[in-house]
Amino acid sequence: MQIITNTWVYLAQTPLLWLTITLIVYQLSALLYRRLNSPTLLNPIITSIVVLVTLLLVTKTPYEVYFEGAQFIHFLLGPATVALAVPMYRYYRKLMQIFGPVSGALIIGSIVGILSAVGIGWLFNLSQVTLLSLAPKSVTTPIAMGIAEQIGGLPSLTTVFVILTGIIGALLGQKILDLLRIRDNSIRGFTLGLSAHGLGTATAFQEGEEAGAFAGLAMGLNGTVTAILIPILVQLFYYLMQ
Amino acid sequence: MVNAIIILLSFQLIGEIFIRALSLPVPGPVVGMLLLFLTLLLRDPLVTKVESTAQYILKNLTLLYVPAAVGVVVHLHLIQREGLPLIVTLIGGSLITIGLTALTMKFLLGKFQMLLAGKGK
Repeated sequence: MQIITNTWVYLAQTPLLWLTITLIVYQLSALLYRRLNSPTLLNPIITSIVVLVTLLLVTKTPYEVYFEGAQFIHFLLGPATVALAVPMYRYYRKLMQIFGPVSGALIIGSIVGILSAVGIGWLFNLSQVTLLSLAPKSVTTPIAMGIAEQIGGLPSLTTVFVILTGIIGALLGQKILDLLRIRDNSIRGFTLGLSAHGLGTATAFQEGEEAGAFAGLAMGLNGTVTAILIPILVQLFYYLMQ
Repeated sequence: MVNAIIILLSFQLIGEIFIRALSLPVPGPVVGMLLLFLTLLLRDPLVTKVESTAQYILKNLTLLYVPAAVGVVVHLHLIQREGLPLIVTLIGGSLITIGLTALTMKFLLGKFQMLLAGKGK
Protein backbone atom coordinates (compact mmCIF):
# COMPACT_ATOMS: atom_id res chain seq x y z
CA MET A 1 0.00 0.00 0.00
CA GLN A 2 2.82 2.36 0.99
CA ILE A 3 4.54 1.69 -2.33
CA ILE A 4 1.40 2.50 -4.27
CA THR A 5 0.94 5.75 -2.34
CA ASN A 6 4.57 6.75 -2.86
CA THR A 7 4.38 5.97 -6.55
CA TRP A 8 1.18 7.98 -6.94
CA VAL A 9 2.72 10.94 -5.08
CA TYR A 10 5.66 10.84 -7.49
CA LEU A 11 3.48 10.49 -10.58
CA ALA A 12 1.10 13.25 -9.51
CA GLN A 13 4.03 15.64 -9.31
CA THR A 14 5.68 14.97 -12.65
CA PRO A 15 4.40 16.34 -15.96
CA LEU A 16 5.29 12.95 -17.47
CA LEU A 17 2.09 11.22 -16.29
CA TRP A 18 -0.58 13.43 -17.89
CA LEU A 19 1.50 14.08 -21.00
CA THR A 20 1.77 10.33 -21.61
CA ILE A 21 -1.88 9.70 -20.74
CA THR A 22 -3.05 12.46 -23.12
CA LEU A 23 -1.05 10.94 -26.00
CA ILE A 24 -2.27 7.40 -25.27
CA VAL A 25 -5.92 8.46 -24.92
CA TYR A 26 -5.74 10.42 -28.18
CA GLN A 27 -4.06 7.58 -30.07
CA LEU A 28 -6.65 5.04 -28.83
CA SER A 29 -9.47 7.46 -29.73
CA ALA A 30 -8.03 7.86 -33.23
CA LEU A 31 -7.71 4.07 -33.56
CA LEU A 32 -11.32 3.54 -32.47
CA TYR A 33 -12.45 6.22 -34.94
CA ARG A 34 -10.67 4.52 -37.87
CA ARG A 35 -11.75 0.99 -36.85
CA LEU A 36 -15.43 2.01 -36.87
CA ASN A 37 -15.16 3.64 -40.32
CA SER A 38 -14.92 7.22 -39.05
CA PRO A 39 -18.34 7.95 -37.52
CA THR A 40 -18.46 11.76 -37.04
CA LEU A 41 -19.84 11.45 -33.51
CA LEU A 42 -16.68 9.58 -32.49
CA ASN A 43 -14.34 12.33 -33.68
CA PRO A 44 -11.09 11.64 -31.73
CA ILE A 45 -11.27 15.08 -30.09
CA ILE A 46 -14.65 14.25 -28.54
CA THR A 47 -13.65 10.80 -27.27
CA SER A 48 -10.35 12.18 -25.92
CA ILE A 49 -12.09 14.99 -24.02
CA VAL A 50 -14.69 12.66 -22.49
CA VAL A 51 -12.09 10.11 -21.37
CA LEU A 52 -9.62 12.68 -20.03
CA VAL A 53 -12.23 14.74 -18.16
CA THR A 54 -13.55 11.52 -16.59
CA LEU A 55 -10.01 10.53 -15.56
CA LEU A 56 -9.39 13.97 -14.00
CA LEU A 57 -12.68 13.84 -12.09
CA VAL A 58 -12.13 10.26 -10.86
CA THR A 59 -8.56 10.91 -9.68
CA LYS A 60 -9.58 14.36 -8.33
CA THR A 61 -6.72 15.93 -10.31
CA PRO A 62 -6.99 19.73 -10.69
CA TYR A 63 -6.75 21.02 -14.28
CA GLU A 64 -3.62 23.02 -13.38
CA VAL A 65 -1.78 19.77 -12.52
CA TYR A 66 -3.02 18.15 -15.73
CA PHE A 67 -1.89 21.14 -17.77
CA GLU A 68 1.67 20.92 -16.44
CA GLY A 69 2.01 17.80 -18.54
CA ALA A 70 -0.37 18.72 -21.34
CA GLN A 71 1.26 22.11 -21.94
CA PHE A 72 3.96 20.44 -24.06
CA ILE A 73 1.24 19.42 -26.53
CA HIS A 74 -0.55 22.77 -26.21
CA PHE A 75 2.67 24.60 -27.07
CA LEU A 76 2.76 22.97 -30.52
CA LEU A 77 -0.36 24.93 -31.55
CA GLY A 78 1.91 27.88 -32.35
CA PRO A 79 4.23 26.13 -34.84
CA ALA A 80 1.20 24.21 -36.20
CA THR A 81 -0.47 27.53 -37.05
CA VAL A 82 2.69 28.64 -38.86
CA ALA A 83 2.73 25.26 -40.69
CA LEU A 84 -0.68 26.10 -42.23
CA ALA A 85 1.28 28.28 -44.67
CA VAL A 86 2.43 25.10 -46.49
CA PRO A 87 -0.99 23.72 -47.63
CA MET A 88 -2.13 27.29 -48.33
CA TYR A 89 0.88 27.73 -50.60
CA ARG A 90 0.15 24.39 -52.30
CA TYR A 91 -3.45 25.44 -53.08
CA TYR A 92 -2.62 29.07 -53.78
CA ARG A 93 -3.45 28.76 -57.51
CA LYS A 94 -6.86 27.21 -56.96
CA LEU A 95 -7.56 29.81 -54.30
CA MET A 96 -6.77 32.69 -56.66
CA GLN A 97 -8.97 31.05 -59.31
CA ILE A 98 -12.04 31.00 -57.07
CA PHE A 99 -11.22 34.22 -55.22
CA GLY A 100 -14.68 35.74 -55.89
CA PRO A 101 -16.81 32.87 -54.51
CA VAL A 102 -14.43 32.55 -51.53
CA SER A 103 -14.78 36.27 -50.65
CA GLY A 104 -18.58 36.08 -50.94
CA ALA A 105 -18.80 33.03 -48.69
CA LEU A 106 -16.40 34.70 -46.25
CA ILE A 107 -18.50 37.87 -45.85
CA ILE A 108 -21.83 36.01 -45.58
CA GLY A 109 -20.39 33.35 -43.25
CA SER A 110 -18.76 35.93 -41.01
CA ILE A 111 -21.94 38.02 -40.60
CA VAL A 112 -24.13 34.93 -40.11
CA GLY A 113 -21.64 33.52 -37.58
CA ILE A 114 -21.97 36.65 -35.44
CA LEU A 115 -25.69 37.36 -35.84
CA SER A 116 -27.02 33.78 -35.57
CA ALA A 117 -25.57 33.21 -32.10
CA VAL A 118 -26.35 36.69 -30.77
CA GLY A 119 -29.87 36.52 -32.29
CA ILE A 120 -30.77 33.14 -30.80
CA GLY A 121 -29.22 34.17 -27.47
CA TRP A 122 -31.31 37.35 -27.53
CA LEU A 123 -34.46 35.27 -28.10
CA PHE A 124 -33.50 33.25 -25.00
CA ASN A 125 -33.17 36.48 -23.03
CA LEU A 126 -29.48 35.95 -22.24
CA SER A 127 -27.75 38.80 -20.40
CA GLN A 128 -26.04 41.56 -22.36
CA VAL A 129 -22.55 40.56 -21.18
CA THR A 130 -23.22 37.00 -22.36
CA LEU A 131 -24.42 38.22 -25.76
CA LEU A 132 -21.34 40.43 -26.21
CA SER A 133 -19.12 37.49 -25.20
CA LEU A 134 -20.94 35.25 -27.71
CA ALA A 135 -20.41 37.52 -30.73
CA PRO A 136 -16.83 36.45 -31.61
CA LYS A 137 -17.32 32.71 -30.83
CA SER A 138 -16.54 31.47 -34.35
CA VAL A 139 -12.97 32.78 -34.45
CA THR A 140 -9.74 31.48 -32.98
CA THR A 141 -9.29 32.06 -29.20
CA PRO A 142 -6.68 34.88 -29.07
CA ILE A 143 -8.56 37.01 -31.63
CA ALA A 144 -11.94 36.28 -30.00
CA MET A 145 -10.66 37.29 -26.54
CA GLY A 146 -9.35 40.58 -27.93
CA ILE A 147 -12.69 41.37 -29.58
CA ALA A 148 -14.69 40.48 -26.43
CA GLU A 149 -12.53 42.78 -24.34
CA GLN A 150 -12.92 45.62 -26.82
CA ILE A 151 -16.74 45.53 -26.88
CA GLY A 152 -17.32 44.90 -23.16
CA GLY A 153 -17.74 41.10 -23.08
CA LEU A 154 -15.89 38.74 -20.75
CA PRO A 155 -12.79 37.21 -22.41
CA SER A 156 -12.86 34.15 -20.09
CA LEU A 157 -16.49 33.46 -21.02
CA THR A 158 -15.62 33.97 -24.70
CA THR A 159 -12.89 31.31 -24.42
CA VAL A 160 -15.50 28.80 -23.22
CA PHE A 161 -17.84 29.70 -26.11
CA VAL A 162 -15.03 29.51 -28.67
CA ILE A 163 -13.95 26.02 -27.61
CA LEU A 164 -17.56 24.77 -27.34
CA THR A 165 -18.24 26.13 -30.83
CA GLY A 166 -15.16 24.27 -32.04
CA ILE A 167 -16.35 21.03 -30.43
CA ILE A 168 -19.84 21.44 -31.93
CA GLY A 169 -18.32 22.13 -35.35
CA ALA A 170 -16.07 19.05 -35.10
CA LEU A 171 -19.02 16.95 -33.95
CA LEU A 172 -21.76 18.12 -36.34
CA GLY A 173 -19.99 19.98 -39.18
CA GLN A 174 -19.34 17.02 -41.46
CA LYS A 175 -22.85 15.63 -40.79
CA ILE A 176 -24.50 18.91 -41.88
CA LEU A 177 -22.29 19.12 -44.97
CA ASP A 178 -23.22 15.51 -45.87
CA LEU A 179 -26.93 16.28 -45.40
CA LEU A 180 -26.60 19.31 -47.70
CA ARG A 181 -24.77 17.04 -50.21
CA ILE A 182 -21.67 19.25 -50.24
CA ARG A 183 -18.88 17.12 -51.74
CA ASP A 184 -16.44 19.75 -52.99
CA ASN A 185 -13.36 19.62 -50.73
CA SER A 186 -12.78 23.36 -50.93
CA ILE A 187 -16.35 24.14 -49.72
CA ARG A 188 -16.21 21.52 -46.94
CA GLY A 189 -12.87 22.79 -45.66
CA PHE A 190 -13.74 26.47 -45.98
CA THR A 191 -17.02 26.00 -44.07
CA LEU A 192 -15.40 23.98 -41.26
CA GLY A 193 -12.58 26.50 -40.78
CA LEU A 194 -14.89 29.52 -40.91
CA SER A 195 -17.49 28.19 -38.48
CA ALA A 196 -15.29 26.26 -36.05
CA HIS A 197 -11.78 27.83 -36.30
CA GLY A 198 -8.90 25.48 -35.32
CA LEU A 199 -11.01 22.50 -34.30
CA GLY A 200 -12.91 22.76 -37.60
CA THR A 201 -9.58 23.02 -39.42
CA ALA A 202 -8.27 19.94 -37.60
CA THR A 203 -11.40 18.06 -38.67
CA ALA A 204 -10.91 19.25 -42.26
CA PHE A 205 -7.33 17.94 -42.28
CA GLN A 206 -8.74 14.51 -41.39
CA GLU A 207 -10.60 14.69 -44.73
CA GLY A 208 -7.49 15.61 -46.69
CA GLU A 209 -4.96 18.31 -47.52
CA GLU A 210 -7.18 20.37 -49.83
CA ALA A 211 -10.01 20.63 -47.28
CA GLY A 212 -7.38 21.47 -44.64
CA ALA A 213 -5.82 24.20 -46.76
CA PHE A 214 -9.17 25.91 -47.31
CA ALA A 215 -10.08 25.50 -43.63
CA GLY A 216 -6.86 27.15 -42.48
CA LEU A 217 -7.46 29.97 -44.92
CA ALA A 218 -11.07 30.44 -43.74
CA MET A 219 -9.98 30.44 -40.10
CA GLY A 220 -7.42 33.21 -40.71
CA LEU A 221 -9.68 35.31 -42.94
CA ASN A 222 -12.72 35.00 -40.65
CA GLY A 223 -10.61 36.05 -37.67
CA THR A 224 -9.66 39.24 -39.48
CA VAL A 225 -13.12 40.02 -40.92
CA THR A 226 -14.89 39.32 -37.61
CA ALA A 227 -12.46 41.58 -35.74
CA ILE A 228 -13.40 44.40 -38.13
CA LEU A 229 -17.14 43.63 -38.33
CA ILE A 230 -18.09 43.19 -34.66
CA PRO A 231 -17.14 46.69 -33.40
CA ILE A 232 -19.04 48.19 -36.40
CA LEU A 233 -22.13 46.02 -35.72
CA VAL A 234 -22.06 46.93 -32.01
CA GLN A 235 -21.84 50.66 -32.84
CA LEU A 236 -24.68 50.29 -35.34
CA PHE A 237 -26.81 48.47 -32.79
CA TYR A 238 -26.33 51.14 -30.10
CA TYR A 239 -27.08 53.83 -32.70
CA LEU A 240 -30.36 52.13 -33.70
CA MET A 241 -31.40 51.64 -30.08
CA GLN A 242 -31.13 55.35 -29.31
CA MET B 1 13.21 17.58 -39.59
CA VAL B 2 15.36 19.84 -37.39
CA ASN B 3 15.52 22.38 -40.22
CA ALA B 4 11.74 22.36 -40.49
CA ILE B 5 11.32 22.91 -36.74
CA ILE B 6 13.82 25.78 -36.86
CA ILE B 7 11.90 27.38 -39.75
CA LEU B 8 8.48 27.02 -38.08
CA LEU B 9 9.67 28.28 -34.68
CA SER B 10 11.65 31.15 -36.23
CA PHE B 11 8.63 32.38 -38.17
CA GLN B 12 6.50 32.14 -35.03
CA LEU B 13 9.16 34.09 -33.13
CA ILE B 14 9.30 36.77 -35.84
CA GLY B 15 5.48 36.93 -35.74
CA GLU B 16 5.48 37.39 -31.96
CA ILE B 17 8.11 40.15 -32.14
CA PHE B 18 6.25 41.79 -35.04
CA ILE B 19 2.88 42.07 -33.24
CA ARG B 20 4.53 43.41 -30.09
CA ALA B 21 6.60 45.98 -31.96
CA LEU B 22 3.51 47.26 -33.82
CA SER B 23 1.05 46.43 -30.99
CA LEU B 24 -1.24 44.57 -33.42
CA PRO B 25 -4.32 42.78 -32.03
CA VAL B 26 -3.57 39.53 -33.95
CA PRO B 27 -1.92 36.34 -32.64
CA GLY B 28 1.81 36.04 -33.32
CA PRO B 29 1.58 32.59 -34.99
CA VAL B 30 -0.97 33.95 -37.51
CA VAL B 31 1.49 36.68 -38.55
CA GLY B 32 4.21 33.99 -38.66
CA MET B 33 2.02 31.93 -41.00
CA LEU B 34 1.45 34.90 -43.33
CA LEU B 35 5.18 35.69 -43.40
CA LEU B 36 6.07 32.05 -44.16
CA PHE B 37 3.40 31.99 -46.90
CA LEU B 38 4.87 35.16 -48.50
CA THR B 39 8.39 33.74 -48.17
CA LEU B 40 7.30 30.53 -49.95
CA LEU B 41 5.80 32.59 -52.79
CA LEU B 42 9.16 34.31 -53.21
CA ARG B 43 11.40 31.30 -52.62
CA ASP B 44 9.71 28.05 -53.65
CA PRO B 45 12.66 25.68 -52.85
CA LEU B 46 12.11 26.38 -49.13
CA VAL B 47 8.88 24.37 -49.26
CA THR B 48 10.76 21.06 -49.62
CA LYS B 49 12.48 21.75 -46.28
CA VAL B 50 9.23 22.24 -44.30
CA GLU B 51 6.65 20.26 -46.23
CA SER B 52 6.85 16.79 -44.67
CA THR B 53 7.07 18.09 -41.09
CA ALA B 54 4.22 20.57 -41.69
CA GLN B 55 2.03 17.79 -43.11
CA TYR B 56 2.85 15.55 -40.17
CA ILE B 57 1.93 18.22 -37.59
CA LEU B 58 -1.27 19.21 -39.41
CA LYS B 59 -2.43 15.60 -39.74
CA ASN B 60 -2.38 15.48 -35.94
CA LEU B 61 -3.79 18.97 -35.40
CA THR B 62 -6.76 17.56 -33.46
CA LEU B 63 -4.41 16.26 -30.75
CA LEU B 64 -3.01 19.75 -30.16
CA TYR B 65 -6.44 21.09 -29.20
CA VAL B 66 -7.07 18.40 -26.58
CA PRO B 67 -5.43 20.20 -23.58
CA ALA B 68 -7.34 23.47 -24.15
CA ALA B 69 -10.63 21.68 -24.77
CA VAL B 70 -10.25 19.58 -21.61
CA GLY B 71 -9.72 22.84 -19.69
CA VAL B 72 -12.96 24.32 -20.95
CA VAL B 73 -14.99 21.21 -20.18
CA VAL B 74 -13.50 21.06 -16.67
CA HIS B 75 -14.46 24.74 -16.17
CA LEU B 76 -17.93 24.32 -17.63
CA HIS B 77 -19.53 25.44 -14.35
CA LEU B 78 -18.68 29.00 -15.50
CA ILE B 79 -21.77 28.88 -17.71
CA GLN B 80 -24.01 26.93 -15.31
CA ARG B 81 -26.32 29.90 -14.66
CA GLU B 82 -27.47 30.16 -18.28
CA GLY B 83 -26.35 26.63 -19.23
CA LEU B 84 -29.09 25.05 -21.33
CA PRO B 85 -30.19 28.11 -23.36
CA LEU B 86 -26.50 28.81 -24.02
CA ILE B 87 -25.82 25.32 -25.34
CA VAL B 88 -28.92 25.53 -27.56
CA THR B 89 -27.74 28.96 -28.77
CA LEU B 90 -24.26 27.65 -29.61
CA ILE B 91 -25.59 24.58 -31.44
CA GLY B 92 -28.25 26.60 -33.30
CA GLY B 93 -25.76 29.29 -34.26
CA SER B 94 -23.29 26.67 -35.54
CA LEU B 95 -25.93 24.84 -37.60
CA ILE B 96 -27.04 28.08 -39.29
CA THR B 97 -23.47 29.29 -39.89
CA ILE B 98 -22.28 25.98 -41.34
CA GLY B 99 -25.37 25.59 -43.54
CA LEU B 100 -25.46 29.12 -44.92
CA THR B 101 -21.69 29.37 -45.49
CA ALA B 102 -21.58 26.07 -47.41
CA LEU B 103 -24.67 26.88 -49.50
CA THR B 104 -23.43 30.41 -50.30
CA MET B 105 -20.07 29.11 -51.48
CA LYS B 106 -21.70 26.32 -53.50
CA PHE B 107 -24.07 28.81 -55.14
CA LEU B 108 -21.29 31.30 -55.95
CA LEU B 109 -18.98 28.54 -57.28
CA GLY B 110 -21.83 27.35 -59.52
CA LYS B 111 -22.40 30.87 -60.86
CA PHE B 112 -18.66 31.29 -61.34
CA GLN B 113 -18.33 28.03 -63.31
CA MET B 114 -21.30 29.02 -65.51
CA LEU B 115 -19.54 32.30 -66.18
CA LEU B 116 -16.33 30.46 -67.14
CA ALA B 117 -18.26 28.05 -69.39
CA GLY B 118 -19.99 31.05 -71.03
CA LYS B 119 -16.65 32.65 -71.77
CA GLY B 120 -15.30 29.41 -73.23
CA LYS B 121 -17.96 29.35 -76.00
